[in-house]
Amino acid sequence: MSEHTLHFKPAEGFRARSKAVVDSPFLRQSFRGAMDFLMSKRAAQFPDPEELESLRSLGEAIRQYNLAKLPDLLLQLESRLTVNGIKVHWAETPDEANAIILGIVEGHGATRMVKGKSMVSEEIELNHAAEAAGIEALESDMGEYIVQLANEKPSHIIMPAIHKTKEEIARLFHEKVPGVDYTDNVDALIQIGRNVLRRKFLEAEIGLSGVNFAVAETGTLCLVENEGNGRMCTTAPAIHIAITGIEKIVEKLEHVPPLLSLLTRSATGQNISTYFNMISSPRKPGEKDGPEEVHLVLLDNGRSQAYADEQLRKTLQCIRCGACMNHCPVYTRIGGHAYGTTYPGPIGKIISPHMLGLDATAGLTTASSLCGACGEVCPVKIPIPELLIRLRNEAFSAPQAKPAMRGQGAGHSPLISAIWRGWALVYRSPALYRAASWLGSRFGWLLPAHQGAWTSVREPLRPAPQRLRDRLKERNKA
Amino acid sequence: MTNPTPQARRPADVYFFATCVVDQFFPDAGMDAITLLERQGIRVHFPEDQTCCGQPAYSSGFEEEARRVAAQQLTLFPNDWPVVVPSGSCAGMMKHHYPTLFAADPARKALAEKLSARVYELTQFLVEVLDFKPQDCGSPCTVVLHTSCSARREMGVHLTGHKLLGELAQVTVARQEHEAECCGFGGTFSIKQPEISGAMVEDKVKALKATGAERVVSADCGCLMNILGHAAWRDKQEGRAPSLPGEHIASFLLRRSGGEQ
Repeated sequence: MSEHTLHFKPAEGFRARSKAVVDSPFLRQSFRGAMDFLMSKRAAQFPDPEELESLRSLGEAIRQYNLAKLPDLLLQLESRLTVNGIKVHWAETPDEANAIILGIVEGHGATRMVKGKSMVSEEIELNHAAEAAGIEALESDMGEYIVQLANEKPSHIIMPAIHKTKEEIARLFHEKVPGVDYTDNVDALIQIGRNVLRRKFLEAEIGLSGVNFAVAETGTLCLVENEGNGRMCTTAPAIHIAITGIEKIVEKLEHVPPLLSLLTRSATGQNISTYFNMISSPRKPGEKDGPEEVHLVLLDNGRSQAYADEQLRKTLQCIRCGACMNHCPVYTRIGGHAYGTTYPGPIGKIISPHMLGLDATAGLTTASSLCGACGEVCPVKIPIPELLIRLRNEAFSAPQAKPAMRGQGAGHSPLISAIWRGWALVYRSPALYRAASWLGSRFGWLLPAHQGAWTSVREPLRPAPQRLRDRLKERNKA
Repeated sequence: MTNPTPQARRPADVYFFATCVVDQFFPDAGMDAITLLERQGIRVHFPEDQTCCGQPAYSSGFEEEARRVAAQQLTLFPNDWPVVVPSGSCAGMMKHHYPTLFAADPARKALAEKLSARVYELTQFLVEVLDFKPQDCGSPCTVVLHTSCSARREMGVHLTGHKLLGELAQVTVARQEHEAECCGFGGTFSIKQPEISGAMVEDKVKALKATGAERVVSADCGCLMNILGHAAWRDKQEGRAPSLPGEHIASFLLRRSGGEQ
């Protein structure tokens, strides 16, 4: 893991980063417009609520079925892939994954890698590791390419450059791509990117990709994409390295179509993606193209911690469609970078604690009004609000001897816990509640005009001079 | 999440669980809801020992504290009458979270499940059980409705408020942009993430006001506290007379259908 990852705690500075976005009317408008667009595209794909509901239930059932068998399926996948000629590697940490990938690259004396879009490669910060090892790792997905040129991270798991306007991209291309004049014509910009990348596909010795579904019974790696760059990365270079989290496995080929349909419709509002790649082996004798070697790196990075707990395991149902962020009122206000995690938005808030520890992420669990929009649209029915509440419990309770999670208790504050104990003491006792609320109704006018964060944008709260129970008593006497 | 309570026959008695917010901050809403029910010929019982459903602690990650407070409410409703709650979020807590909160305590779990099955959000009760069709006696006006996220997504009762308002002949219900979006309250969220919560309520108030409606009504006083609190703050900042009045939907329905009489 890079120095950056080791010492960066996303929860620190989260409020300052959110505030910077919230205070910019331009960014507010821009995220709102982008999310509105994505929401309407998804809505158009699911006109029938009953069909949607039955599809979501099917998606949930498939994911839960496969997670229940995950340990066996991983072994089955490994043996099928091996039979098919694909080499399987296991990585527990980002460091191990980077070492495996760079080891393969260096073993071939290679120096150039083209990458298809892969959030897991972002998770392990492969680009940094490659750069440190003197290996060029070029992003070939248009959004990822833009983000890489700008030396930034993706702000959305499906649309990495959604935070950028076309004018910003035009300036970026003009400044960073040699010989390019300023143009904010979108087609022209795409052509510029294509010209750069086309050459790189031919030069690179290594192609790297992610995986959307790994099918255990057939040993097939499925890759969903729209730009054709994924197909180029997985066929043009001599070596293809795929990387995925251990949870992306399904047992049967027949599990793929429903999940694929849910994925593309939920993510970009497409009936199906432009490309769907199924990779089952390296080039066979007599075949004219395809890589000579195919590798799969299976990454844990905290996933087995989530897996070990019945409730937290539901986190791993995710198929990375990003619908939860598109529909999240918090993400819509602050965009993806404010979170400081590889995966932003609702899914980021529930999965990052397993990857980075609750000590680095406890504060992010509070960045939700629990409105439930994420859970409502999740194509595999992950109960995100319920999991957020669970994570709050893990974060804020006193450190335990055998915690379910790394960093459990990191957000514990003896003072805050005492306040809640005091609150419970009053509210569990009708007599104390009556006394306290009576005092509130009598002396509420004494409450200060400044009530901390509440009055930063609201008038102060004042209890009514007469409680409902007093009014009722009075009325019933009359 | 939607798990509709089986339709009860028109009962003679109901319990009223006011919620701590209504008891202390919005007593008018409570009185009006009770009057509205009584005018339908129903005896409304207010258990004196009620305090709070426990949700503030529950959603903040203090489950044990929530459990202690919730346990106190479990015993307040001995008869098999419906429990009517003038808040989607507190009703949601009692209906959907009480059974899991007491999963490890069989006696309380049984009580929680029995209670859960007869918890109704007020507008849901008015529509689904009483088939209440308010007769409008007011002059023409335009209102806008804010439905809480818990009412919408946990209780699945986002249509009942519209249905009731739709019965009022002289009332036009304006539709706001992003109607289904959260107002940014979220209990302790509003003070833990004041920047984001502030941006959300700012946008919500703008959307409500952009409809040109004379007032906002809602079946959740938590949201009203947030929305009206921000609208009033903004008016003050900009040196304006109050520009977005609002009230609980029970108060509005009662007034439109003839007041207290």
